[in-house]
Amino acid sequence: MIEMKKIIKSYRTGAVSFDALRGIDLTVGDNEFIAIVGPSGSGKSTLMNLVGCLDTPTDGEYRLEGKQVEALSPNQLAEIRNGMVGFVFQAFNLLPYATAFENVELPLIYAGLRGKDRRRRVTDLLCQVGLADKAANRPTEMSGGEMQRVAIARALANNPRLILADEPTGNLDSVSGGEIINIFVDLWQTGHTVIVITHDQNIARRCQRVIKLKDGLIDTDNGNGHRLDKTGGNA
Amino acid sequence: MKPSVLYNVFARDFKRQRKRMILTLVAILWGTMSIMLLLAFGEGMKTQFSRNLKGLGEGIVILWGGQTSKPFAGFGKGRHIPLRVEDIEYLRSQVPEIETVAGEYIRWGIRFRAGKTLIAERVDGIYPEYESLRSFIPDSSGRMINQLDMDQRRRVVFLGWTLKERLFGPEMPVAEVVGKTIYMQDIPFTVIGVMRPKIQMGSYQGEDKDVAAIPATTFHALFGDPWLDNIIYRPRDLTANKAVEKRVFEVMGAKYKFDPTDEKALSTWDVVEQSRVTNNMFLGIQIFLGIIGALTLLIAAVGVANIMYVSIRERTREIGVKMAVGARKIYILTQFVMEALGITFFGGLLGMSVAYILTEAFKRVPIQSDVLDFMGRPTVSLEIGIIVTVILGMLGFMSGLFPAMKAASINPTEALRYE
Repeated sequence: MIEMKKIIKSYRTGAVSFDALRGIDLTVGDNEFIAIVGPSGSGKSTLMNLVGCLDTPTDGEYRLEGKQVEALSPNQLAEIRNGMVGFVFQAFNLLPYATAFENVELPLIYAGLRGKDRRRRVTDLLCQVGLADKAANRPTEMSGGEMQRVAIARALANNPRLILADEPTGNLDSVSGGEIINIFVDLWQTGHTVIVITHDQNIARRCQRVIKLKDGLIDTDNGNGHRLDKTGGNA
Repeated sequence: MKPSVLYNVFARDFKRQRKRMILTLVAILWGTMSIMLLLAFGEGMKTQFSRNLKGLGEGIVILWGGQTSKPFAGFGKGRHIPLRVEDIEYLRSQVPEIETVAGEYIRWGIRFRAGKTLIAERVDGIYPEYESLRSFIPDSSGRMINQLDMDQRRRVVFLGWTLKERLFGPEMPVAEVVGKTIYMQDIPFTVIGVMRPKIQMGSYQGEDKDVAAIPATTFHALFGDPWLDNIIYRPRDLTANKAVEKRVFEVMGAKYKFDPTDEKALSTWDVVEQSRVTNNMFLGIQIFLGIIGALTLLIAAVGVANIMYVSIRERTREIGVKMAVGARKIYILTQFVMEALGITFFGGLLGMSVAYILTEAFKRVPIQSDVLDFMGRPTVSLEIGIIVTVILGMLGFMSGLFPAMKAASINPTEALRYE
């Protein structure tokens, strides 16, 4: 699904240039459950932004489902973000003035779905995350765990094959966090590829594959070694 | 984007930036009201001037005899060219482009007596066509001179409304004046009607309010004037007035043997042309007023752009989220342009409503004033509404476009990090 070769991402502030990623080689297959770990500043979020086509690499090659991402136009990248990738953020990033229903509906509007189809899909998604009764609530009327579940429902709106979650439990208590990770496990077990950035070793332990970044490079990747199967045992 | 979401965005922004939003809306309201009122005043003036110009006569050309300034066909220059009664029929038959034509005799210093009141005034010998040509519209209790009066050379008189007051007093109703006898040079004449008051801009022999008009045939029988003082005609096609005038010179030149290009052989006053010039002048005034109003509105539009820039800065993260879930740049652009248009049109609608209410209220204020009779009252027309709506649309679009372009160019990863 994902093929990255010698990916470099540099940021320039005035005359100063900083390399957040210094040559990443990464291959991700279908239906993997990956944790990306590493100290702050190691390039985790930068890598996730590139994987999810929120940003483009300064150098290197990135193929997503066979498409050369560097050659895509902004509209084509937006289409990928709409249909192939689902994002879940630490800060939830829900629209504060919109209801849960309207937040989940947003990617479907951009996908051009008709009203009736959109309503049906949103209802199914909210049921899937256990929030059918909160459809009319605004974010200020929900708990952190509920908001994150709405965010997950939104990420699943157009049935993407790839789910990217950046510290999804960072702003949650342990109980809510546990519920969220269970949802990600379910998603992996139903065929999605899930990549989670996390500082939490408990979460990393539940992932099938753990990639550790350090100073903009992959330090360790147990992708060819110790991996969990879907039952939680060693593959 | 659902209207409900757009409305929620607007309401949320309104709550967050209430004072700024209200000030911006007030600025748009004020700018819109200003441009509407300025254009309404211009329209009112134009309409009133047009009406006033029609007081002399609508679409008419007045012809006087002149003096040749060029030798022609063996005749020298300096020859007097008169206008005769038969010229009326001659023009009617030779110039089919003329719709209506009639002539006029004028004599000054005529004694008029009604009861014990004695005044000196002018008398006009006119044709029935003057009701249409020169707006000699009678009050409903009387009538104008007709063909029977002409054929029978009746001693009947049609009075200007000020002359009626001078002879009979302002308190006597017109209905009582009609049928009364006045004496003109000691000859009894029956009053058949009084002219309905009108505003008259321009005259050539004194204002119509002071006229005593009798049938032209009666005038000729009484005074024996050999020549008409003037002939008045109206072209069928008012846009072809110049061509008709040229034709009139040709046929009169053929009859009186003068060079048709000799502009002094006959004198003309083309009221049609004057109307056109006046209309162009008022169009210029309206454009000028419109520009002033538009500049006022432009300042308000700058306020809209300002508030949009602030709004975009505060909603940077929201823009990042939308891009993350697949919003294309055009969606972001459209959203913010629509919001700017929404503020502009809402404020504009309020401004147009206030301007309309003010102009309608002003129309209903019972002020009698010569100034208002001359200048007219402000008038809001559909045309003005459309012009202002178009200006609002353009300004709303422009005030939203540049902030929207800034929003659409935001880097989503930076936007998602924005606090």
